[in-house]
Amino acid sequence: MARFLIRRSILGLFVIWLVTLLVFIMFYMGSGPQDVARRLAGKQADPQTIAMVMHRLHLDEPSYKQYGRFLWSLLHGNLGFDFYHGQPVTTVLKEAFPITLSLALGAAVIWVVIGVLSGVLSAVRRGSIADRVVTVLALIFYSMPVFVLGLLLLFVFFYELSIHGLHFLPGQGYTYFTASPLQWFKGLILPWIALALISAATYTRLTRGSMLEVMGEDYIRTARSKGLVERRVIYRHALRSALTPVVSQFGIDVGTLLGGAILTEYTFGMPGLGWTAVHAIEEGDLPVIVGIVIVATAAVVIANILVDIGYAVLDPRVRLH
Amino acid sequence: MALLEVKDLYVSFSTMDGVVQAVRGVSFSVDRGQTLGIVGESGSGKSVATQTVTGLTRGAKISGQALFEGKDLLTMTQKELRSVRGAKIGMIFQDPLSSLHPYYRIGWQIVEMIHAHEPGTPKAKARARAVDLLRLVGIPQPERRIDDYPHQFSGGMRQRAMIAMAMSLNPVLLIADEPTTALDVTVQAQVLRVIERLQTEFGTAVILITHDLGVIAEVADDVVVMYAGAAMESGARDEIFYEYHHPYTEGLLRSLPAYGEERERLRPIPGQPPSLIRLPSGCPFHPRCPYVFDRCRSETPPLDPTWGGPGHRSACWLPHTKAEREAVRDRVIGEAVPS
Ligand SMILES: Nc1ncnc2c1ncn2[C@@H]1O[C@H](COP(=O)(O)OP(=O)(O)OP(=O)(O)O)[C@@H](O)[C@H]1O
Ligand code: SF4
Ligand SMILES: [Mg+2]
Repeated sequence: MARFLIRRSILGLFVIWLVTLLVFIMFYMGSGPQDVARRLAGKQADPQTIAMVMHRLHLDEPSYKQYGRFLWSLLHGNLGFDFYHGQPVTTVLKEAFPITLSLALGAAVIWVVIGVLSGVLSAVRRGSIADRVVTVLALIFYSMPVFVLGLLLLFVFFYELSIHGLHFLPGQGYTYFTASPLQWFKGLILPWIALALISAATYTRLTRGSMLEVMGEDYIRTARSKGLVERRVIYRHALRSALTPVVSQFGIDVGTLLGGAILTEYTFGMPGLGWTAVHAIEEGDLPVIVGIVIVATAAVVIANILVDIGYAVLDPRVRLH
Repeated sequence: MALLEVKDLYVSFSTMDGVVQAVRGVSFSVDRGQTLGIVGESGSGKSVATQTVTGLTRGAKISGQALFEGKDLLTMTQKELRSVRGAKIGMIFQDPLSSLHPYYRIGWQIVEMIHAHEPGTPKAKARARAVDLLRLVGIPQPERRIDDYPHQFSGGMRQRAMIAMAMSLNPVLLIADEPTTALDVTVQAQVLRVIERLQTEFGTAVILITHDLGVIAEVADDVVVMYAGAAMESGARDEIFYEYHHPYTEGLLRSLPAYGEERERLRPIPGQPPSLIRLPSGCPFHPRCPYVFDRCRSETPPLDPTWGGPGHRSACWLPHTKAEREAVRDRVIGEAVPS
């Protein structure tokens, strides 16, 4: 276990380093530095001003030197400063990450519960009306973009309610949990539902398929031959095995989402990592981009490690190495 | 009264290709403490017949009766059936690796079964019983091995563990569906020994399913020979081995490796079992039967008594008297099965 963690952490750090390197290369291969300086200096700026700005941001230095500087300060836990407002990148991340984290984790809990339960129902009652209803709903949500569902939800639960004087849910924005837990929760309800319903569909289909396969296994027949009640056969025996592919999908999905749920964040005006990333990319704000990329990559790396640990916990035949 | 009496059991499945007639009018019975052997080639309906009796067949059209201690298993509610399954009828299956849950410890799986039927049993007591059971079936160091997962057991040990589990509530009937087919030859005999020993110790009745007549010869009291979902011949073991009537039984006996005989004498039955969706007309065995004559192709022979004891019956148009049957054999095949 310890060896596994060490090995995978080193591998993860290597991947993160590689990704930051790629971002740097892409930035300097294009017209990144000039664009940033020009944008900062204003439309009518003369070349001297632009050169001055570039010098102030060290953008006139050779790229390897800048990369070295970046790595050096990274080792000290410093991700540099945002080009435009001079804010420490760590501060930018500290503000954006909790938003994405709240959104992703809350939605994940909802979608995994809905997805797995509806998938089990669908598989156990294969061919029934319930199965068909679940399959059709899953297909609808599966093919619906999150912003369409988000806007629909906003229309019904925010706009329509507000017109009738019911200001129960906020429409846009985000309240930090530390500021007001209740407002935090209210503000997240619609984004959670939108994101969860759309992701749940994948889990419904995955669980259904996986359950159908497992229900045909010999050990399910054994479980029945033991005289167990059907509920126990389904949940303790079948679902336990059927969860393995669900766990890996879940890890990958949550890991990916923690790097930013761009569309959901945009639809609900939540300045999370995805939202911040889009802005940073538009402005060529390299330090912020790199910071977000590091968080996003780390999330994926950690999620993958957790998935492998989850496998080993679920299946005693799996050894971590 | 027989412990289990199955009467005229029919089981069919609707599939994309048509209706699979897996079991067609099979009857058999087992008495307390006795062993019934069901033998037949792959696909002859042995598993479907026995699993239908215990309510494990899903999505099938079923008719007939299965009287267990006088009550029909086929009309029981799920709840009644559950109290029979496991507690009164234990089952073991062909492949012990896939039949045990790979994610749970052996002991857990046995204890679960005990708790399903005796929910009040304290954990420690159930566990102690599981250890005893594992010792009984010959698992070395059962106190330690009880916490192993199935993949940590060898094939023979897994099947022993399955037997221990099936016997954990001291059932009156054990259905063993090809318990040795998936095992090494050397282990097969050991596993059969274990079943036999438990049977004499606890007075359990056993239905032993196999496609190996050699296994039947060792342990069965009575035998049903199945082909294409129907019983071809049934009777006491010695009747089947020494007084067989049906050409299919004869074919199975000929394909048996006999000790001291030259290998060339072995003749597997030529041809393939028929499709259960489009069965041959008349006798289902006629496309492969060396004795086939006109009547076989048009009329299905009933399972009629032969010259043997009251239970000895055969579904074949050949003469049902010993002298005539042997005369036909001498004429067509020339020699008796070496016994
Ligand atoms: N659920 C099902 N749906 C359709 N056909 C089935 C189903 N279960 C069994 N059958 C068919 O019924 C027939 C009898 O199967 P069964 O498993 O009873 O044979 P068997 O005698 O036990 O053979 P084996 O020695 O291979 O175990 C086979 O042709 C099989 O394909
Ligand atoms: S009825 Fe005819 S075909 Fe069928 S087993 Fe007897 S002799 Fe052979
Ligand atoms: Mg079988």
